[in-house]
Amino acid sequence: MIEKVSIIISKGSLEAVYPGLIMANGARAEGIEANLFFTFFGLDAVHRKHHDHIRLATVGNPGLHLPTLAGALPGVSAAMTAYLAKKMAKLDIPPIPEFIEMISDTGAGLYACKASVDLFELAKDDLIEQVQDIITVGEFYDKADGGQIVFT
Amino acid sequence: MSTATYAGTEVTVNEEGFFTDPAAWTEAMAPEIADEAGIAELTDQHWQVIRHVRHEYTEKGSGPTVRALGKTSGVGVKQLYELFPKGPAKLAAKIAGIPKPRGCI
Repeated sequence: MIEKVSIIISKGSLEAVYPGLIMANGARAEGIEANLFFTFFGLDAVHRKHHDHIRLATVGNPGLHLPTLAGALPGVSAAMTAYLAKKMAKLDIPPIPEFIEMISDTGAGLYACKASVDLFELAKDDLIEQVQDIITVGEFYDKADGGQIVFT
Repeated sequence: MSTATYAGTEVTVNEEGFFTDPAAWTEAMAPEIADEAGIAELTDQHWQVIRHVRHEYTEKGSGPTVRALGKTSGVGVKQLYELFPKGPAKLAAKIAGIPKPRGCI
């Protein structure tokens, strides 16, 4: 039985953020210790201004089976994001801000990557209050010690 | 499938310890199941969750997920994890004698 998992979320699109959240929440539901690390554009998921506006990538996403040019048209990403959000609500999958708050309530650790925070010139105040700390790669490995690491 | 004895009565459970026949469960069995799951004492709040889970199962045929529990049981997610540290939905279902809830959220 896995006892601890550390999940790295490194992209800021809907289809990159949700799987990591679902994996973390599912781990806690099974009694597995879980930490989430938000790095690079994955930081958007815990950015106060952006976490409620995470969108589906409609360009360069072959899983959508859309012609590339159609995916690039104005409004397509927003429309498909809204469509997916409706479907997810039916399955009782919460919107990202609510989901992250819930995951934090399960006792999972939420951490932001220091290099990314520096790169985007952010401060702790730019991130949602559930983020416990801004940590370095070394500190991440300390926290991940003894468990599995999943990179999404 | 195997058997376990709670409150002096033998019941059948699956390989994870969940009741295969929820009708065989009685409230008197709950403290012993909880003890096996690492919960030494069932408080009123534990019971609130256990009875709710049991009720949901009777109404809907399956136990609620953690998110649903947090919204409907009167006990928030944070506290659910304090009451059932090894997974509230799973443990409450086990103690309430119903099948393990299946869901990804």
